[in-house]
Amino acid sequence: MAALTAIWNKEFKDYFLTPIAYMVIAVFLVVVGWFFFSTFFLKNQATLRGFFQLMPVVFAFVVPALTMRLISEEISLGSYELMGTLPVRHSQIVLGKFLACLCFIAAMLLPTLIYGVSVDMVGNLDWGPVLGGYIGALLLGGSYAAIGMLASSLTRNQIIAFITGAAVCFALAYLKQMLFFMPEAIQGIVDYLAVGSHFGNAAQGVLDIRDIIYFLSIVFLGLYATKLVLESKE
Amino acid sequence: MIRIQGLNKYYDGVCAVEDLDLEVPGGQILGLLGPNGAGKTTILRILTGYIRPTTGRIRIGDMDPAEDELAVKARMGYLPESIPLYRTMLVYDFLRYMIRVRNLPLSDPDVRIRELARTFALEPVMHKSVGELSKGYMQRVGLAHAMLPDPEILVLDEPTSGLDPNQILEIRSLIQEVGQQKTVILSTHILSEAEATCDRIVILNEGRTVADGTPREIKSRARQHQSVTLELKRAGPDEARACLEAISGVERVETLNGEDPETLLFRLECSGEEDPRERISNAVKERDWVLLHLSREARSLEHIFKELTLES
Repeated sequence: MAALTAIWNKEFKDYFLTPIAYMVIAVFLVVVGWFFFSTFFLKNQATLRGFFQLMPVVFAFVVPALTMRLISEEISLGSYELMGTLPVRHSQIVLGKFLACLCFIAAMLLPTLIYGVSVDMVGNLDWGPVLGGYIGALLLGGSYAAIGMLASSLTRNQIIAFITGAAVCFALAYLKQMLFFMPEAIQGIVDYLAVGSHFGNAAQGVLDIRDIIYFLSIVFLGLYATKLVLESKE
Repeated sequence: MIRIQGLNKYYDGVCAVEDLDLEVPGGQILGLLGPNGAGKTTILRILTGYIRPTTGRIRIGDMDPAEDELAVKARMGYLPESIPLYRTMLVYDFLRYMIRVRNLPLSDPDVRIRELARTFALEPVMHKSVGELSKGYMQRVGLAHAMLPDPEILVLDEPTSGLDPNQILEIRSLIQEVGQQKTVILSTHILSEAEATCDRIVILNEGRTVADGTPREIKSRARQHQSVTLELKRAGPDEARACLEAISGVERVETLNGEDPETLLFRLECSGEEDPRERISNAVKERDWVLLHLSREARSLEHIFKELTLES
């Protein structure tokens, strides 16, 4: 446990040591704020649903940017050799890095509460669905982070890790819209795999246990596959 | 005690280590010597648990790294060849982080850090980032990290590479100091370093052991092979050759091209520890030839290393 918290702590601090983290947060807030408020007054509804609906696509680019260096940098610098010879399990390394990324995503979402406060000032915002939306966004971010970490473990090149992670996340985000082009026989499976089929409820503030299981399954599979990839390097 | 039996490691079908058997008793400084690609780093990485062998068995004390992976790793300190440290971290933070990751049961981690900073003369750089350090200081930080858990076994991959002569001497004396209480396994391709630092040398080539012994044993092996050069006057080439070949201990006679056409120049490859020059001189005297030059060259450790690593 001590090793896990030490890794978690270090990785979380590392995000703030470079200007990249601040840039990612700034770009995220500007892009999401712009798209949300540009249509907010047209809808004339005091809700953050529009904000949360942006998450699957925006996160598909932002989260892989956060995870791309987590493992590939260690492999390319050789510091993974150091980690690999410490009395630490692969699972602790993977989980520590994942939790650091999840905390960063939470830190990135924190300033967006100001959107809620702003909406509440012009209308009567129901904070219950907003809370549900934030939990859903964290689950979504966690799923993308697990996919991004898997991509990061597969290569020593951070750019390739980003492109691979973003491509998979983007595909999952847009899978529901692509159902029309799929053969009817696999439409049911593809529909289940699509993030849109599960995050839609969360964006409205409704947390369904099936959706939670879906996101947690992606997190588990992504992290487990990352662990296997690291073990296969032995 | 480290016991390695029938160790093999293949990378994509390419053999890096082949059928290695090795026993390292506690408190020994063992040097793995070999040219690039001999398998030294692979053996060290297998020992430290970073990679797994393809086949073979390793016992570290009473433990099997395959079963007690974390316990074995906890007993080891490792300095990788390229010193891959976290470059953005301060030296102090790096050592502190490693204490936390290793979960070392220290009542005051700062005491241990101060101790290591003193031992490795790191005090002036404790609050500098690792990336700003010179190669020598990085090596020291790497060594301090390896020594952090006060390990029973210290594994050092090319510990003096890239250091200046003064730093090399410092690191060597540190290794010898540490080796008085702990098992140290180091890899190097510098013979003089292995000779100066190690109790025992294992020479590797293409993943196989080609020599194993104390520096003295390997040197005496070098002394058993010597070459003698001699220049004769008033001797017939065939007669001289036959005479020299008949001298006991002479294994091979090679005729060289001398500058003077009236003289004969030979190089004799001799075996045995005894100096063959007296026998050669007597044989020449008996035949009334004129001996213009007679010199012996004992084959150095470098020669032996070159032969062992080139012949296979």
